[in-house]
Amino acid sequence: MSETLKKQNSKPRLELLNITKQYPGCLANDQICMTLMPGEIHALLGENGAGKSTLVKTIYGVVSPDSGQILWDGHEVDIKSPSKARDLGIGMVFQHFSLFETLTVAQNIELCLSPAQLVAIGNLAERITKLSQDYGLNVDPNRYVHSLSIGERQRVEIMRCLVQSVKLLILDEPTSVLTPQEVAGLFDVLRQLSDEGCSILFISHKLHEVTEICHNATILRGGKFVGDCQPAQETPATIAKMMVGDLAEQDAGYEKAYGEDVIFSAHSLNLAAKHPFGTSLKNINFELLKGEILGIAGVAGNGQEELMSIISGEDNRSLKGVFTLDDQDLGTLSAGARRRNGLAYVPEERLGRGAVPEMSLSENTLLTHSRGFVKSGLVNWKAVKSYAKQLISQYNVKCHGEFSEAKSLSGGNLQKFIMGREIGQNPKVLICAHPTWGVDVGAALAIHQALLALRDQGAAILLISEDIDELFLLADRMAAVCDGHLSPVVRTEKTSIDQIGQWMAGTFINANDSAEATA
Amino acid sequence: MDIDLITQVLFAAIKTGTPLLFIALGEAICEKTGVLNLGQEGMMLMGAVVGFMAAYGTGNAGFGLLGAMLIGMVMSLIFGFLVLHLGANQVATGLALTIFGTGLSAFIGSSVVGQTIAGFQPVYIPVLSDLPVVGKVLFSHDLLVYLAIVLAVVIAWVANKTRVGLTIKAVGENPHAANAIGIKVLRVRYLAVMFGGAMAGLGGAYMSLVYTPMWVENMTAGRGWIALALVVFASWRIGNIVLGAYLFGLASIMHLVLQGMGWSISPNLLAMLPYVATIVVMVIISADKFKEKLLAPRSLGKPFDPRQMA
Repeated sequence: MSETLKKQNSKPRLELLNITKQYPGCLANDQICMTLMPGEIHALLGENGAGKSTLVKTIYGVVSPDSGQILWDGHEVDIKSPSKARDLGIGMVFQHFSLFETLTVAQNIELCLSPAQLVAIGNLAERITKLSQDYGLNVDPNRYVHSLSIGERQRVEIMRCLVQSVKLLILDEPTSVLTPQEVAGLFDVLRQLSDEGCSILFISHKLHEVTEICHNATILRGGKFVGDCQPAQETPATIAKMMVGDLAEQDAGYEKAYGEDVIFSAHSLNLAAKHPFGTSLKNINFELLKGEILGIAGVAGNGQEELMSIISGEDNRSLKGVFTLDDQDLGTLSAGARRRNGLAYVPEERLGRGAVPEMSLSENTLLTHSRGFVKSGLVNWKAVKSYAKQLISQYNVKCHGEFSEAKSLSGGNLQKFIMGREIGQNPKVLICAHPTWGVDVGAALAIHQALLALRDQGAAILLISEDIDELFLLADRMAAVCDGHLSPVVRTEKTSIDQIGQWMAGTFINANDSAEATA
Repeated sequence: MDIDLITQVLFAAIKTGTPLLFIALGEAICEKTGVLNLGQEGMMLMGAVVGFMAAYGTGNAGFGLLGAMLIGMVMSLIFGFLVLHLGANQVATGLALTIFGTGLSAFIGSSVVGQTIAGFQPVYIPVLSDLPVVGKVLFSHDLLVYLAIVLAVVIAWVANKTRVGLTIKAVGENPHAANAIGIKVLRVRYLAVMFGGAMAGLGGAYMSLVYTPMWVENMTAGRGWIALALVVFASWRIGNIVLGAYLFGLASIMHLVLQGMGWSISPNLLAMLPYVATIVVMVIISADKFKEKLLAPRSLGKPFDPRQMA
């Protein structure tokens, strides 16, 4: 495929020559070269921190490189700002932080257009509707963005690029927020764009997607170019090896375990959203068994956050008779009292909720472990520090010491520390969100082992994640959330990615309702 | 109350509300871009003293107005540099600006305490000014009263109908996203902060050139703080701000009228009336908490560093 592309269009659309970018304490891009042909779908692969984001931000003019050249259609260009990039015909779909929730779809798109482009387009709403039909994007220009689902928002971002007639579309981990079915829809759009001659740069770390859709791939590791390949001729395993070096051992899977005794249950949980961008929880019922991991899949923003904060007590609304832990009504207790009863909690947001950024690791240890370390109101700092040291060595946390501020740690290391701190309380129930998000392979493995060890000690773990592969790897039973509803809970071995994917899209909701109606 | 008294009260209410309106409009735009400037009182006092001195020195109230706007902008630039450029804490810096402005204005104004000037005179509008009641209440004011209303309309139009308004809202909601699509976040915020400074200067000048055409130390008496509260209670809606400002003006006058009518309530309690009334009404208007959260600028008070891409 790529050979024919090169023959058809001898002139590359984009060439990067020796791009280098140095951040304080980190060489993000080291002499990176890359070539993109018109109509080519090109994958940019690498682990977190490999320099993918820095490189695409350089192309899009958000980051200016320290040295190196960018050639666009054969001419050297200096892309000083995103608006310059858009003038050239470069569009970017960001992973986070790019739409304005209080504006409408049309207003969001308008903000990206120069006055001249607006005049050329004429009626923007009509243009959006037209493009929406042409590409099957299904975007209503007059809706407010805060009322759209994550998948719809992504389509708005793609629309934002299409309106400007892009020649190069950059997508930063576009599938991490989509259900498997939505991913298929996105790929159709990308293939159509590629057929029309638009180049696509696709950042991902999901290898089976890359092998499915991309013509070529460039692989980065630690800011350096380590190789390129044609994904269609590789397997996910061979590409993974290039990404992470020799470490890459695809997880063979862990042994499943099944508990019997119920330790925690949620019964008819209904809860209105606390803020306009939140999700209301609707009649959620589930049980956690001793010695099992229950995985909950779902696209972000479907009620996971609300569910976690009401169980942990962070959402301090009191609910009578909804949660039971060891036959005790948990829903009326404060967050601290819930912890004292054996509940531990690893929130999604590490800095700010899992740990106080400005406090040292030992102080952060004290926060959730106060009982053993405080006597008549006085803190036994010696014990706290030695325990923090123990956690650091036990979980192999890379830091200067127990006095390091939480914010000075990398995401993965802080996550290992928080995980260790929570597990160290010997909880009866651990609630845990996105445990390995943004964590490198080695640390992820350590976190997996720690979770499994805790399970095997007889604790129950509620694992909420957007990473469906991880859930299948770790969870003994699974369910999915969609729009605040919880699907039925099934044993992992008796379900499939396809079924969970459909549940993530909400197919179970109507089935439940009609079942209730007939019953 | 007879009709003459009512006319007088309404006339005075509009006058009293006007300085508040200037400041609140400026601060509303500033906050819509995500910058909370608690230095309103300090900028206002500087505007009042510099405006008075310029008018006193040149004998021209117009120069007074100009001077007040300029000093307001200079003050806001100090704030802007610390907060936007150096990423200082907005609350602390704003408070410092108020303390600084209060002290400095007392210091430089000491020579003109007790002096008086002509200030701005009411403008006579043919026909309209002669209307009974309405003519006195609405059409016999000085130029600045009308300027405030015109500005309110223009600002409401810009904020809700134009691309500039869209940009302001975008920066206030999510500066990182705004930066990513190529909006110069810091430039927008600087301009908004300076606009706020100019408006606070105008508000101060109204006090020393029109309301009581003289300079007295600390003469703004906390109006900068009221304006700040007003912006929040009005949910950053220009229409509500106009309403709130005049309502505050009305309540301020009412407490004088009630005292004049011999109500046997402690004047200290009556003096609380404007604050209580304004807050109560604004809370009632913005009772729909769910909807209000959509109106608040989400990045308010948070510094933005373009080098730190989230």
